[in-house]
Amino acid sequence: MKNLLKNIAQCLAAVALLHAVGATPTLAEERTVSLYSYRQPFLIEPLLTKFTATTGIKVNIVFADKGMLERIRAAGANNQADAVLTVDIGRLYELKLAGVLEPVVSKTVTANVPAHLRDPENLWIGLTQRARVALVSKSRVKAGELTSYEDLASEKFRGRICLRSGKNAYNIALIAAMIAHHGQESAKKWLQGVKANLARKPQGNDRAQAKAIAEGICDIALANNYYLALMLTNEKEPEQKKWAAAVDLVYLNQAQGQSGNHMNVSGAGIVKGAKNKAAAVALIEFLSGDEAQKIYAEINHEYPVKAGVPRSALVASWGPFKEDILDMEAVAKNRDAAAKLVDEVRFDEGPTS
Amino acid sequence: MTVGTLTEWRTAVRFGLPNVWTLGALVAALFVALPIVAVVLLALGGDDGMWRHLTSTVLGLYIERTLVLMSGVGIGTFVIGTTTAWLVTMYRFPGRRIFEWALLLPLAVPSYILAFVVTDQLEYAGNVQTWLRAVFGWSRPQDYWFFEIRSMGGAITVMTLVLYPYVYLLARAAFLEQSVCVLEISRTLGNTAVKSFFRVALPLARPAIVVGVMLVLMETINDFGTVEFFAVQTFTAGIYDVWLNMSSISGAAQLSSVLLLIVLALIVTERWARQGRRFHHTSSKYSELPSYRLNRGWGWAATVFCALPVLLGFVLPAAVLAAYSARYFRATLSVDYAGFVINSLTLSAAAAAMALVLGVFLAYAVRLSKGRVVRIAARFASIGYAVPGAILAVGVLWPMGIADRIAVGAAEAFGFGIGAIFIGTIAPVIYGYLVRFLALSLGTAEASLGKVTPNMDGAARTLGMSPLRTLARLHFPLMRGSLATAAILVFVDCMKELPLTMILRPFNFDTLATFVYQYASDERLEASALGALTIVAAGVVPVLLLSVTIAKSRPGSSTGIGTTNPVAPT
Repeated sequence: MKNLLKNIAQCLAAVALLHAVGATPTLAEERTVSLYSYRQPFLIEPLLTKFTATTGIKVNIVFADKGMLERIRAAGANNQADAVLTVDIGRLYELKLAGVLEPVVSKTVTANVPAHLRDPENLWIGLTQRARVALVSKSRVKAGELTSYEDLASEKFRGRICLRSGKNAYNIALIAAMIAHHGQESAKKWLQGVKANLARKPQGNDRAQAKAIAEGICDIALANNYYLALMLTNEKEPEQKKWAAAVDLVYLNQAQGQSGNHMNVSGAGIVKGAKNKAAAVALIEFLSGDEAQKIYAEINHEYPVKAGVPRSALVASWGPFKEDILDMEAVAKNRDAAAKLVDEVRFDEGPTS
Repeated sequence: MTVGTLTEWRTAVRFGLPNVWTLGALVAALFVALPIVAVVLLALGGDDGMWRHLTSTVLGLYIERTLVLMSGVGIGTFVIGTTTAWLVTMYRFPGRRIFEWALLLPLAVPSYILAFVVTDQLEYAGNVQTWLRAVFGWSRPQDYWFFEIRSMGGAITVMTLVLYPYVYLLARAAFLEQSVCVLEISRTLGNTAVKSFFRVALPLARPAIVVGVMLVLMETINDFGTVEFFAVQTFTAGIYDVWLNMSSISGAAQLSSVLLLIVLALIVTERWARQGRRFHHTSSKYSELPSYRLNRGWGWAATVFCALPVLLGFVLPAAVLAAYSARYFRATLSVDYAGFVINSLTLSAAAAAMALVLGVFLAYAVRLSKGRVVRIAARFASIGYAVPGAILAVGVLWPMGIADRIAVGAAEAFGFGIGAIFIGTIAPVIYGYLVRFLALSLGTAEASLGKVTPNMDGAARTLGMSPLRTLARLHFPLMRGSLATAAILVFVDCMKELPLTMILRPFNFDTLATFVYQYASDERLEASALGALTIVAAGVVPVLLLSVTIAKSRPGSSTGIGTTNPVAPT
């Protein structure tokens, strides 16, 4: 018994010693940054790995596609997140309105990211752009048949359009942009027109729309540009290549006097009172820098925000296009109205209701 | 607990402090109810015109869809659950011994996974339609009609398939616990087997079946993943929309509170409807259950009836996931797969143990108390099951945040600087599971206690046993089977749980479910099929244990724990 106690005491002492040796210096030297991410980790992992390798700053991460604002609020002064990564402007703006962000003070970041892709006070920083483009059937849609978002409501497309739910964040942002451009009433009429043209009840994700075109269920769909690129290059799931091969990408609203193709941003912000603020700034600097921007472009086929960083070869092959330069916050402000429009026209009920 | 304190407590209980149970129950119920209270408090915020908007647009639609879904799943699970339970309990037909346990297997399959697999098979590019096109020479969707999978019908089917085991489980346990005498008397009074089922067995099993159907309805009402996948706009889908697209957490909390009221009304109605009836029987004769051999035609019909839910609800998804895993397992190799498994198991086991203890405690306190307060408190505490998971997570964050502030403040007062000790650890996750799944353990424990005639409590207490001893010596052995059931149900549900885990978990921490969700949220379940398959496999073992426990739970059963049972066969 005595021996046993002695053994235990020795073990405890050893553990304590290990802690003293191992933990103290790391506490002093090891820098970390803690992230709440709305983006799936497998998408940003290569970036974060690079970041840690370059700066020696370790990254802690929680991925959740909802509830992170509430978690920051509930924790109050004890909040553990230093920065937040999101996939669209809606979440960024929501965090800003909730007052949980603080400005990113960094000359590097302001030099890297053009002013229209970040908050006036740098509360949020856009890191990549994505375009909501039209995917059209190669065989059933003639060149020039569809040129604008407004066209989607035209009667010539009756029964030919597939979309995911009107309540999806990307569609909400597009509808919000339509409201910003044309006003509530016109946007509503437009949305009713689009609904009447649907081939089926809104469902599935962006990839599923390309699949539906490949299957002949419909001729036209909207999707974020990178989905097409990811499908075209998907070696693991070759059936996706077949879906993608059936469609062409069309940038919309390109003509003189038209607004340009609708864009959204993925971005980041620093949480007010962040404990590792310097590390968080370093992360955003890194993510907006050449190396990370190139990875975003190459791996996920998004549009880099930093001038001079090339698009991926595939994205570049779709040619240059005119972007809608509508203020991102104008889009964000109209999200609520957009969601309500979707209800008012019962968009998600599909064409027959 | 040492003997000393036990004795002290007993003395205290005996001498005019009957409120220890009451008080304890109220504290426990309050603890579990805090997140629900938080949701209700959140609802006190403004609504930003949400109600005006909803009532003038889609509220009616949400309610209609929710009611249709609940009716469909409720009826579906009731019919499949009770019929299969009765068949395997009372009749002999080909495969019966296998179905006894196999009918529970779909419990291990998360509904969003079954939804994905079923859609994958039945949609245009799926195997079924591809085969039909090959056979009939069709080439375009316009050539033929096929039902829309992503629809109300699809949602009802999938949810019925994964949820009917709750009803089956509780109905079967109830049928097994029924005294054969009651059934024999029914037969001697001239009732046919079928008539006996409707006039005696079913009414006697009602409390258990009702618990089962209630659990199913609550799961149905709080579901988001499946209805979103099938593009069905339910009330819960509306809650998420108001929260995430209209950026109004208070509006979402208001809608959730309405949902709570509806569920409370449901519970109260059912209680009221069986007011004053008793469901225990006074006979304690438990001879071997008779099993009637079905003739060939009916026998095979029974086989098919029992096989279908197992094939569709378990064999199909398991096979499809296995096929995907074989193709895509490389993707899983690069991640800390064993870590996810350990995380899932640890969280689920901890939550199951706590839910069990708390469930039995509350159920027994309800039995002991004469007043209504405890009953109402227990009912309220178990209502977390009906709250959409992500909203409940927000409710959990609130008390946890306050606890952190208190802890940090107290530490500072003593000169320590510490960070949050609750949010960001696994504590909120387990707390969330407890709040969410207490209904499972409490409901099962109550149903089980309800079958013990109060005369026995009376006898035990007359003989000088304290309430605690009565629980330990009398009820516990009687309830053992049901308790195992409760623990396993909570365990399996925690393994599948997603929204709470996702929002509340620590940094750099994944469970199987959150790992799978990364891909499933992108409708690429195949990429994480091994994870999904593991969730299913991890559920199978306890589910099998469960069926063994139930088979043994029959009082007087020759194979079981009957010998330790106070209601020994005569």
